[in-house]
Amino acid sequence: MDLTYTKEVLKHLKSPKNMGKIKNPDGEGMVGNRVCGDIMKMYLKIIKNEKGEEIISDIKFQTLGCGAAIATSSVLTTLAKGKTIKEALKISKDDIIQALGGLPAIKVHCSILADEALKKAVENYCSTLKQH
Amino acid sequence: MKSIYLDYAATTPVDPQVVKKMQPYFSDYFGNPSEIHKWGLKASEGIKNARTQISKALNCNPSEITFTSCATESINLAHKGLIEAVRNQDKKIIPHIITTQIEHKAVLETCKHLEKLNWAKVTYLPVDEFGLISINDLGKAITKDTVLVSIMFVNNEVGSIQPIAEIGKLLKTKYPKIFFHADATQALPYFDCDVNKLNIDLLSFTGHKIYAPKGIGALFIKSGTPIIRQQDGGSQENNLRAGTESVPLIVGLGQATELIIKNRAKESSRLKTLQKNLISKLTEIPGIKLTGHPEKRAPHIASFIVKDVEGESMMLLLSDLGIAVSTGSACNSQVLSSSHVLDAMGIAAEDSHGSLRLSLGKDTTKEDIEYTIKSIKKVVTTLRKMSPDLTGIEF
Repeated sequence: MDLTYTKEVLKHLKSPKNMGKIKNPDGEGMVGNRVCGDIMKMYLKIIKNEKGEEIISDIKFQTLGCGAAIATSSVLTTLAKGKTIKEALKISKDDIIQALGGLPAIKVHCSILADEALKKAVENYCSTLKQH
Repeated sequence: MKSIYLDYAATTPVDPQVVKKMQPYFSDYFGNPSEIHKWGLKASEGIKNARTQISKALNCNPSEITFTSCATESINLAHKGLIEAVRNQDKKIIPHIITTQIEHKAVLETCKHLEKLNWAKVTYLPVDEFGLISINDLGKAITKDTVLVSIMFVNNEVGSIQPIAEIGKLLKTKYPKIFFHADATQALPYFDCDVNKLNIDLLSFTGHKIYAPKGIGALFIKSGTPIIRQQDGGSQENNLRAGTESVPLIVGLGQATELIIKNRAKESSRLKTLQKNLISKLTEIPGIKLTGHPEKRAPHIASFIVKDVEGESMMLLLSDLGIAVSTGSACNSQVLSSSHVLDAMGIAAEDSHGSLRLSLGKDTTKEDIEYTIKSIKKVVTTLRKMSPDLTGIEF
């Protein structure tokens, strides 16, 4: 079985984009578990544009996990940044794989948690809004 | 860019002296050793010489060495061949094998296969937190049907050394009918593998861990040990392994064995010093713990658990800095399951994700080790910074 990563995956692992924490985020979400190995946290900053749409103005991630877990988190933040929440939620696992130029088959199911972390962060944002 | 290979337990480069010795056997002395013309004789002379070189290293008779393609094949032949032969003697009993939970997959899967066929019952001995079996447990596991005890000399993941001499002595004095197989794959370059002194009946090893090429291994079979060949065909290798001999590889294995025995004492103590430095400096880093026994370990393997870091990302970032290491992390395995060795030692799955193995060899220098220590510090810091704060979080 081929376990080789693409150059794009290695690039994101070596120099991850949007890595870290956002202070006072508008939404945050964490997924994964330690027994499986990968844990991921997403932080969002949301602003409204002139049309009243909610835009992800900033997004950051923190990940404990394998090369694929880190690279998929990193690439997702680049795909989601600047998009409306609606658009961002449409980013699929396939979009993530494509942006990385592919992933070893065995990694597809276990290591792409980024889209789920983003959903959780958005849910968190929506539920905090309701409270106010 | 640095290029530091610290994965000698996975495989080694072929020694130039070995390559040189093999060279003429590709195109000059290419004859089939089964033929008795000049060409054939030249080839069989090469095999004979290699067999002698290996027999000297193991202190056995040259006729007790069978060439195979790798340690896995040697192990398959030893276990399946012995069990088949024993069963032929008495079909009513199901032979019993005792092995350990931390053997290489070659032993574990062969044993499972024999169990599935109902050709053998197998006891898998547990190990303690250091990866060592207890002689007491072994003694207790022996039954009247036990025919084979199969225990690895040095564990490939954590480097722990099993009490091979004690096991051999126990079997020889109290249970002389039980055969003793030792997987010496990681041990041969660093420990005396005198099969007489250690009372070993079957010993497996491979070329590519001792600076010979891949694709060649050997099995020592003490004369009088019943074995039925598992690869049928011609009468090569004393009727124990059919198929035209790979003469160049056999010549290479002989030469590599002679060289490692010659350098054994010196190389063992040199690596021990490097290993000691590596272990003491790395375990100073918070959250890095040694795996395996602190003293009873082979001089070439240093293995660790790094908390809150995943092994595969550690390996990839180190590779980017020019360093080759290995990890037992599930995320880096073909089946995404954690290391059976670390599991058996009682290391939790969430910790074995951060496992790291550095294995040293003949080209490893003091400078390599210093650079590696610095690089590991850097990579661990980077990855921990990347990780979310997990304190107080239950998963």
